[in-house]
Amino acid sequence: MNQNTNSAPLVEFQNIYKIYQTGDVEVRALDGVSFSIYKGEFVAIIGQSGSGKSTCMNIIGCLDVPTEGTYLLNGDDVSRLTDDEQAEIRNKTLGFIFQQYNLLPKLTNLDNVKLPLLYKGLRESEQEELAMDALRRVGVLDKAYHKPSQLSGGQQQRISIARALAGSPSIILADEPTGALDSKTSKEVIDFLIELNKQGNTIILITHDNTIAARAKRVIRVHDGRIIFDGMAMEDEIIKSTLSAHIKKEAEE
Amino acid sequence: MKFSKTIELAIASIRSNKMRSFLTMLGIIIGVAAVIILVSVMDGITGQVSDVFEGFGTNNITVSITSRGSTRRVEPDNLYELIDENSHLFLYCSPKVTATVNIKSPNSSETSYASVTGIDETYDEIDLLSTTQGRFLQFVDIEKMLKVCVIGTYYEQEYYDRGKAVGQKIKLNGDPYTIIGVLEEQSDSSEGSADQCIYIPYTLASKLSRNASIGSYVVSMKDSNRIEEAKAVLEMKLTEILGSSDFYNITATQEILDEMNSIMDTLKGALILIAGISLLVGGIGIMNIMLVSVTERTKEIGIRKSLGAKKKHIMQQFVIEAATVSGIGGLLGILLGGLVAYVIGIIMSITVIPSVSAVIVAFSVSVGIGIIFGYLPAKNAATLNPIDALRFE
Ligand SMILES: Nc1ncnc2c1ncn2[C@@H]1O[C@H](COP(=O)(O)OP(=O)(O)OP(=O)(O)O)[C@@H](O)[C@H]1O
Ligand SMILES: [Mg+2]
Repeated sequence: MNQNTNSAPLVEFQNIYKIYQTGDVEVRALDGVSFSIYKGEFVAIIGQSGSGKSTCMNIIGCLDVPTEGTYLLNGDDVSRLTDDEQAEIRNKTLGFIFQQYNLLPKLTNLDNVKLPLLYKGLRESEQEELAMDALRRVGVLDKAYHKPSQLSGGQQQRISIARALAGSPSIILADEPTGALDSKTSKEVIDFLIELNKQGNTIILITHDNTIAARAKRVIRVHDGRIIFDGMAMEDEIIKSTLSAHIKKEAEE
Repeated sequence: MKFSKTIELAIASIRSNKMRSFLTMLGIIIGVAAVIILVSVMDGITGQVSDVFEGFGTNNITVSITSRGSTRRVEPDNLYELIDENSHLFLYCSPKVTATVNIKSPNSSETSYASVTGIDETYDEIDLLSTTQGRFLQFVDIEKMLKVCVIGTYYEQEYYDRGKAVGQKIKLNGDPYTIIGVLEEQSDSSEGSADQCIYIPYTLASKLSRNASIGSYVVSMKDSNRIEEAKAVLEMKLTEILGSSDFYNITATQEILDEMNSIMDTLKGALILIAGISLLVGGIGIMNIMLVSVTERTKEIGIRKSLGAKKKHIMQQFVIEAATVSGIGGLLGILLGGLVAYVIGIIMSITVIPSVSAVIVAFSVSVGIGIIFGYLPAKNAATLNPIDALRFE
């Protein structure tokens, strides 16, 4: 299942539960989830709407805490850390790409990309250098001094990818990064994530699209808060049938 | 966030919400303007009043006789005797008679009115006068009713070449008076200032004033701490001479000055209290708007936290923003206050100088208010849970 089981995992979920209590109703967004993700992996977490994907990612991203279970990030138990220590982990170890980009509208794109570097405490000149470099890597250097609202959705997502990349985090977390984009732009974004993975970045991608998940090396399929499949993308029954249906359809055309 | 960047952003958010920001700042603006106006105008008034009293000698007691025309009168010798008998309390005593006379310019045919003051030879000690040219009045001048006078610098500059006044004759009600001395400049030699004065022997002045008796005396005390004792001695003597305590008034310069200072202090205190309340209200306004701002920008806070902003980063951002809003309010208040104080100064014709310390204090206080009242909203923002903030729409 995992290529490099001999080294310690980057992300390790040990029997994680996330339970929401709304009135009398108890929602088990995560219902006893365990998995490990190693350095250099490209993992797609897939599942239907409401299956618990985002909940999973928020916990991995130290934005939320599990109701029960242990989450080890780089071997450290995150639940034992203070708010500021978690903030530092988000800053240094994690890079987020959100479906809705989550750029700050009043800042220029450059300033948006500089934010994580600023919180890292880098000098202004270093921030500028790294941010420009990240913008160049995602191909929107010419938009550095524009505001996010002056860009297309695809361009905004590139800015948010640049922001995630800028501080060279160990893990890039992407929650439905193509959810608001057309298929051509979606493909470009996924291509770029694959490229980043080839350069050695660990990528965790959340999607409900089987064709996108198919491009990941590894797939974790969740359903009602439980893992129902964890393995090579091409071994997942649903992905297999989706892909064959796709090929058939293309052949017919 | 870098400091200047945060201020820049704060200013941008103020500008994008001009009306709201202005209303938020209004409390601070009014409070600060009130403080500036108050302090400047009060200082102006106090300065002017003290100037008047300082030229007057604060150790003096003025005796005014109100029963002129009655058969009983106070003669200069009555008071001279009293001073001699009570040399442990008093230093000098001089009659003080004012009269308005015609004065003729030596260079032209123009005549105008002038107020002359009749005094004795000790008055320079009482009123702290000194001559820069010539001499002050002497006993013989008084005794022999010599037509001599000592003038202030206003008349010197108005009528004579510099240094040429002594020895000249000046016509008062047609009679030539010889100028025997020029006084040291007390104010700025302008018309209406303390430098527009003419002193002559009281023996002549009481004739010019067409009053049968001398209406007032100035007595200087040896020790200003013994005012009560000195007044009591004077009262006893005057009541004995005039038959009733209704026929005279005794006022000590120091007492008036003290009373006035205490009134000024009370007034200042009351007004500063009002200004303080206005600043407090302004601070609450800022706190309110910052709380709104935190709610409005919950999503932004969530994003910043997801990128690794620590509590202190978020705190800083909101505190600096609040301080910027109130600081700008403070600056506007200082400008407004300075302007109003200036206009009041012109209207009341007093010198109003907004003191640098008042400006610095007002500005620091308004920034301080921003920091204090911005703290709670900033704390709320900093302790938001990242995922809840991020989900907020
Ligand atoms: N704050 C919350 N309070 C109550 N229930 C919640 C909360 N957040 C999530 N849930 C519930 O937890 C379950 C999992 O939600 P989650 O957001 O993880 O789904 P998802 O797999 O990301 O879905 P989607 O593909 O639509 O984004 C859902 O049933 C949701 O209603
Ligand atoms: Mg989701």
